[in-house]
Amino acid sequence: MKPKYFAIPYVGWMALFIVIPLVLIVVYAFSNASGGFTLDNFSNMLTYSGVFGRSFWLAFLATVICILIGYPVAYAIAQEPAHRQRTLMLLIMLPMWMNFLLRTYAWMSLLENTGLINKLLGLIGLPAAHMINTPGAVVLGMVYNFLPFMILPINSVIVKIDKNLLEAAQDLGANKVEIFRRVIFPLSLPGVLSGITMVFVPSVSTFVISKLLGGGTDLLLGDLIEMQFLGTAYNPHLGSAISLVMMIIVMIAMYLMNKFGSGEETAVMM
Amino acid sequence: MPKELIRLQNCTMAFDGDVVLDNVNIHFNDKEFLTLLGPSGCGKTTMLRIIGGFLKPTSGDVIFDGERINDVPPNKRTVNTVFQKYALFPNMDVFENVAFGLRIAKVPKDEIKQRVMEMLEVVSLKGFEHRDVTSLSGGQQQRVAIARALVNRPKVLLLDEPLGALDMRLRKDMQIELKRIQQALDITFIYVTHDQEEALAMSDIVVVMNHGVIQQIGTPEKIYNEPKNAFVADFIGESNILDGVMIEDGLVEFFGRRFQCLDGGFAPNEPVDVVIRPEDVDIVPPEEGMLRGVVTNLTFKGVHYDTFVDFKGFKWLIQTTDYCPVGSRIGIKIDPDGIHIMKKSEYSGMFGDYSSYSEEYDELGDVNAEILEELEAPEA
Repeated sequence: MKPKYFAIPYVGWMALFIVIPLVLIVVYAFSNASGGFTLDNFSNMLTYSGVFGRSFWLAFLATVICILIGYPVAYAIAQEPAHRQRTLMLLIMLPMWMNFLLRTYAWMSLLENTGLINKLLGLIGLPAAHMINTPGAVVLGMVYNFLPFMILPINSVIVKIDKNLLEAAQDLGANKVEIFRRVIFPLSLPGVLSGITMVFVPSVSTFVISKLLGGGTDLLLGDLIEMQFLGTAYNPHLGSAISLVMMIIVMIAMYLMNKFGSGEETAVMM
Repeated sequence: MPKELIRLQNCTMAFDGDVVLDNVNIHFNDKEFLTLLGPSGCGKTTMLRIIGGFLKPTSGDVIFDGERINDVPPNKRTVNTVFQKYALFPNMDVFENVAFGLRIAKVPKDEIKQRVMEMLEVVSLKGFEHRDVTSLSGGQQQRVAIARALVNRPKVLLLDEPLGALDMRLRKDMQIELKRIQQALDITFIYVTHDQEEALAMSDIVVVMNHGVIQQIGTPEKIYNEPKNAFVADFIGESNILDGVMIEDGLVEFFGRRFQCLDGGFAPNEPVDVVIRPEDVDIVPPEEGMLRGVVTNLTFKGVHYDTFVDFKGFKWLIQTTDYCPVGSRIGIKIDPDGIHIMKKSEYSGMFGDYSSYSEEYDELGDVNAEILEELEAPEA
């Protein structure tokens, strides 16, 4: 048996659960309840342009914060000896082993008006802060849940940078800051690009985080789509159209970013 | 009188108690091409890294131009390095790689351009400035690495086996090229290699090292013609090394015969090592020979024959253009200047006997060298 036949189960799986649903989404997006061709789903979407804007804006914020937190962490871990690197990476990944919903619920009880944080604030005599059901809480949830996906690819790229290059740079007169700016950072960009993809895409389409931490008042795309399929607004045609547009916007964004990254090592498309 | 530039004073380097450099004292003169030569693990790369600033000696001082520089980091030293694996920056083109040091030093843009182009011309890479470094051949990458180091006008260029990854032909070309560049720029080169031929071809001074100890320092001719001990004699070129007794100045006895030689200064009847280079032996008819032996093996090498001759159970290597078939009885003659006498050392009896020679010997030797090279890698 040729090795390529081993891929048949996966190819079958993809065809069944990825390609066919995608085709269905396209079909649904361009049709109405009676099955006829229509573009109404797309024109109706204009009413939700605010949701689009909000979703992309919050996902963008979460991604930027993930870079700002994740890059230094990834860099610092890469400087440690190999055995400690493994331990530290394990600690970063540890929360991921817990259920996603559970983790988000935990934040809910922390941020609530009568939650742990406000209780602590009260104890030290500070006024309670309103945190839950704000865009800030949603961004916090995104950052908390997706930060490991930023740290991981950046760290693996930095670890792989040839140590001889750093010595060469030092030999040519570069101090630590210049070595970072001129050698390490440019060479770590492919990892940053992968990280951006892996944080931005799930952030822009999340509905659990916005529902639990955003209180469902400020709709995000994920919530909107969910509502069209499972919720009160039941309209799978509109839901498909929104999904399709979101997918296309994400793909264009990723394409532009990879181009911008001068194609040294393309970021993961997912 | 050459000016002293760098001095290592009582330098010892140990990694986890493993002594790699053992109380080394050496000085490097300005504008000299000096080669550190030795087998893998002899400490030559360690010494280079100490001069480059990447390692601090466990004890002892590094003096540069009269100043102690033990604690000066590499980026503050007027020394540049060409690394074994080039270590070019993959995110920059040829021009930017070469310009790296100048940009750090904030040299004005026009001057950077002029100096980089000048240096690319020196290393024969004109027209390559906007090429991607990863698209270059090994030899071209090497030239970029050399240009990148030299463009900063260092007082000293350190080269760590820079030709190791190149094929034979390119290596020979680059040897000539390096020597030319060194003379053109008139700066000090400190070159590390395990290839004795390379060392002899390029250097003003060769430093032979083994086990972290300097065995001999001298010009290539001196090292070759007057090796200090059996290790040096064996490592540089081929040598027949025999046990002998120095009867008096100019007279040595081995194989029960007395020979005229040019060396002196030994105690009467002092046991010594006698070195006879394979090319210094003349083959003559048996009845005219100082010694008589039987040819046991013969290899055609192009210019000469490697002829192995058995003298009373001790096999010699003789390089001669005369054809002597296996089994033939021959005599040999050695002129007084073909005999070199060395004091007995820890290496006596370890080298210079070709009795264990076989056809595969050379090949095995190469394989071992490669394995050793890999073993040495962590040191680099």
